[in-house]
Amino acid sequence: MEYLKIENLRKTFGGVVAVDNISFEVEQGALLGIIGPNGSGKTTTVNLITGFLTPDSGKVMFKGRDIAGLRASKITNLGIGRTFQMVKPFYRLPAFKNLVVPLFSPRVKRMGGHYGEKDTLALDILEDIGFERDSAVPYKPASILPHGYLKRLEMARVIALQSELIVFDELYSGLTLAEVASISPMIEKLIEAGKTIIMVEHRLKELFKIAHRVMVLDQGKKIAEGSPREIMKQPSVKKAYLGVEL
Amino acid sequence: MSTERRKERIDRPIKAVTDDIFCLSSIREIAYLVIPRMLPVVGLLLLAFLVPPYWRKVMVITFVMGMMALSWDFMASCGLTSLGQALFFALGAYSAGAANHYLGLPIYLSIPLGTLIGAVISTACIYPTLGLRGIYFSVVTLIIPLMLMRVVETTGIFGGTEGITGLSPFPGIIVTIALSMIALWITFFGLRRLIDSDYGHIFVALKDNDRAVEASGLSIRWFKVQAIFIGSGICCFCGAFMTHYYMSIGMSAFAVDLSIFPIAASVVGGMGTLVGPLLGAIILGPLSEALRAFGSFRVVIYAALLGTFIVMLPEGLFPYLARKYQQIERWVEAPGGISED
Repeated sequence: MEYLKIENLRKTFGGVVAVDNISFEVEQGALLGIIGPNGSGKTTTVNLITGFLTPDSGKVMFKGRDIAGLRASKITNLGIGRTFQMVKPFYRLPAFKNLVVPLFSPRVKRMGGHYGEKDTLALDILEDIGFERDSAVPYKPASILPHGYLKRLEMARVIALQSELIVFDELYSGLTLAEVASISPMIEKLIEAGKTIIMVEHRLKELFKIAHRVMVLDQGKKIAEGSPREIMKQPSVKKAYLGVEL
Repeated sequence: MSTERRKERIDRPIKAVTDDIFCLSSIREIAYLVIPRMLPVVGLLLLAFLVPPYWRKVMVITFVMGMMALSWDFMASCGLTSLGQALFFALGAYSAGAANHYLGLPIYLSIPLGTLIGAVISTACIYPTLGLRGIYFSVVTLIIPLMLMRVVETTGIFGGTEGITGLSPFPGIIVTIALSMIALWITFFGLRRLIDSDYGHIFVALKDNDRAVEASGLSIRWFKVQAIFIGSGICCFCGAFMTHYYMSIGMSAFAVDLSIFPIAASVVGGMGTLVGPLLGAIILGPLSEALRAFGSFRVVIYAALLGTFIVMLPEGLFPYLARKYQQIERWVEAPGGISED
């Protein structure tokens, strides 16, 4: 049984075909990168998998069950966590209280394993993700935190949810090289812990360092899939990105 | 050693000790912290029992409107900006009135029952609109009470245009005012506690980012239902209470004024603070009564005052006062002299 299998996924907005019969598979414990030029349907694909959009047709099989069209909260509780390209923190809440919300989810309650007060737990997760525990940072409202911390907060949410399949939607966008360098090992650590990861990314160099397989989208269609090394050699990929055949 | 003095904000040393655990060192500091926190309790007591008899009736209405404003503010801070608090008020009023008139239930049963039934019906009325956000949600909540008002008028149910009269009264004005004051306290402190709890943070999160709430594995629809049940329950209690206070129920329970007042009170007092709407209601309630002498011209004065408030103090009265209070300074000895910075 495949872990995650996408079959002929299709989504249109009015006359625009955003995702055009995409099929792919992800094995458990793998890191799949999804790349492609702007408007190629990467984020739409993510939204279709995580339930934020309902596909027009096609299947999203997760551990043998078709989850296409389920509510996003339901899919999250099945174990698929996601981050957003545009960070979505709860601005009025302090950073650590942002994690109290996912800690209320049925999934976390069912999984158990989280021991102790929600606040302590939230602070533990934030410390792991790079918030200095003894500083004032975790206690500041999310509205005044810098972008790098908000991206980490997005990551902290899926960790708090104990998601087994994590979809990162342009996690690296807007981060400095130093920040990327500190976040990449965390993603490798998640893989070591047995999580499965899908990364939508524009920062190809950083992605290719950690991805096991890469899928390329262009204008809603899948144009290539393979290991990062193979993908870099594909002429169709270069054409999609640069617009010319090299 | 110089004995120059410099100004220092009173809250600085208090905050420096720790940010939220109050470690108090003097009566003055205790007073600085406790007095503003005692104000809502003591202030309401004074308002309720020291005003002349005629104004007691005004205070009852003010307290009930205060609860309506608190309910509006709570719902607004959950991202549910309602323009139809009158709907909840009327449903509570009609439920309690019907329970008292048709079923013959005594007042101490009809009010709780009316509150409960009203809240359930209100939530059911709003449920289909929960997929809407922002202005779309507001507009629908504005429409529903107007629609139900005409339903009552056309079909003549619950007495139609004449309403139901002769409902059981409260035992006396002192009991009435005490009950309304206690209910206001419970609403105010209850909502504050709710918003500050971990469970309440979900409601705050609903407004900040409902998609992120969904991505946190919580159904936004289910939590919006809970928020509406709590918010409308408060208004239904107000409706049930006023029905028995007036000893009658009529179509005026659907009046737009009832939807507007909570918003006006929240705007004047400061939205999203809970204290603000309470303060706003306590100012606007007696004010509209005091302006009664002007007849229908009072609406003009009232509206002009509101407009001035919105333009001059868009943040609201309470955040302004709170800021000023934190800026109160005192003279302290500066042993090393006053440094340049």
